[in-house]
Amino acid sequence: MKMTFAEKLLARKAGRPSAVAGEIVEIRPDVALTHDNTAAIYQTFKKIGVSRVFDPGMHAVTLDHAAPAPTTEHAQNHKEVRAFVQEQGIRDFFEVGRGICHQVLVEEGLSLPGEFMVGADSHTPHAGLMGCFAVGVGRTEMAAVWATGQIWIRVPESLRITVNGRLQPGVTAKDLALRVIGELGADGGDYMSVEWHGEGVLGLPLHERAVLPNMMAEMGCKNSYIPPDDTVFKYLEGRARRAYEPVHPDPGARYAVSHDVDAVSVEPMVAKPHTVDNVVPLSEVEGTKIDQAFLGTCTNGRSEDIAIAAEVVRGHRVAVRFIVIPASSEEYLKALRAGHVLALIEAGAIFESPGCGPCMGNHLGVPAPGEVTISSANRNFRGRMGTRESDIYLASPAVVAASAVAGRIVHPREILARAKGA
Amino acid sequence: MDTVIRGRVWKYGDNVNTDVIFPGKYTYTVRDRADMGQHALEDLDPSFAAEVRPGDVIVAGRNWGCGSSREQAVVCLKMKGVGAIVAKSVSRIYYRNCINEALPALTSADAAEALQRGDEVEIDLARGEIRSARGVFTFPPLPEAVLGIVEAGGLIEFTRRRLGLGG
Ligand code: SF4
Repeated sequence: MKMTFAEKLLARKAGRPSAVAGEIVEIRPDVALTHDNTAAIYQTFKKIGVSRVFDPGMHAVTLDHAAPAPTTEHAQNHKEVRAFVQEQGIRDFFEVGRGICHQVLVEEGLSLPGEFMVGADSHTPHAGLMGCFAVGVGRTEMAAVWATGQIWIRVPESLRITVNGRLQPGVTAKDLALRVIGELGADGGDYMSVEWHGEGVLGLPLHERAVLPNMMAEMGCKNSYIPPDDTVFKYLEGRARRAYEPVHPDPGARYAVSHDVDAVSVEPMVAKPHTVDNVVPLSEVEGTKIDQAFLGTCTNGRSEDIAIAAEVVRGHRVAVRFIVIPASSEEYLKALRAGHVLALIEAGAIFESPGCGPCMGNHLGVPAPGEVTISSANRNFRGRMGTRESDIYLASPAVVAASAVAGRIVHPREILARAKGA
Repeated sequence: MDTVIRGRVWKYGDNVNTDVIFPGKYTYTVRDRADMGQHALEDLDPSFAAEVRPGDVIVAGRNWGCGSSREQAVVCLKMKGVGAIVAKSVSRIYYRNCINEALPALTSADAAEALQRGDEVEIDLARGEIRSARGVFTFPPLPEAVLGIVEAGGLIEFTRRRLGLGG
């Protein structure tokens, strides 16, 4: 039987020769990811009536969503998370400042090809970047996984996206992701396993590929997957926590939907308020006045994203608040060593410590009512950044940085063409 | 779990996300389940939390509950006594969270289209019917594999029983 990635991986994990979309299998996750929500999950876990987690080795815990703690309540919450990991003997605990869970788990060699990850976070599909089957669940569900070491999963239908050709210079995976979400809609991948294929994807470096599965959460996917190749295996050398066995779909597997994208035709895209599928070409929103620009998040907060921003702002002054938050301490160090942080601060940008920052409205750059933010994040829902009466536009790092310099949404070439120091 | 739910309709559109059902800024500070109800639909319909009555039903378009995985977006409705959600479709994690909280999430495109705010409805879970002055609509029964969780009253009870910790 020809199987998709999802069918093949879930069959293997369930110890069966095959699995078909629609079947329900019960499996044991390799990794269970939680973050600042760990303490709340522990409260629920206790109601089940067991005192020890099924397997502390399965857990990965980060403090990233409101870190460092902005209020006493948040600090108390972090304290409870630390007490929990101590009590249960969880070793993969990543403190405040280490970075955003999805990025950190990749760096720590915990997001592995052919493995199954469950995360109490909707962007868990991010780990599909490494060829991992990674799925987001709610807190109660996670509490049950902690207690039983098992989860039921309906084998999803698969959506195959093939990106033919290469993206043009200046066009990024963010633009590609936005274009696809705009075409297929916010529920275009609902309940599905979204597989990415084609040279337009596999020709991308890892930091760019990461954007694709990350943003498939905005299409309702169960998981997303990029076939792991030498780029992935090389990255994992010396990082992978254990031996892994990649899974690739069978040629000729059945897909519920196939969608083709001509990479050459992708242009810089922007998602307008207040839904991620409200996507238009950048040219349509050029000139929109902004009050703040935000570069960061699990979607676009890596050193390469910071490098692009540095290149754009070098020699200029930002016209509005420009908040930059590296996705992890490792990415922060890379950007520091390469001089990008200096270039950005010289241009007037503000750096905050690695974590989610204002992405979901906790702290470090919450907008005022009536203000407009351009952001490199993955969500622009009403109130997402903490303020109901404010607008969020989503774009690539270059567009965010260029807009910070102009004080309005602009194409990066406009800033790059400006005389330095003008 | 009651098999017949009676209440009034609160109607919303497509792609209503969890950020407007339960704002993200409360996720680490509002931790008591009862308090979550106070913020239900705060950024979508500020009148909801004060006026909703037990048994009332949310009727929505496509992809209700998309976005974040936060189950407070289910719990806040449950705490307000919402009897069921009827939508054209429900986003994946939200749907799972509903099962885990034993809050019926039903899909019926016809009912979602026809029913209007303030309508009186009666939902018969056993028969798979939504009855109202605008007609009778049917919905598919829950898959076998998840019925046990809903019948146990949610995933916590279900897990307790499974681990032999009593029911
Ligand atoms: S950066 Fe934003 S989207 Fe990513 S994990 Fe943090 S809150 Fe979620």
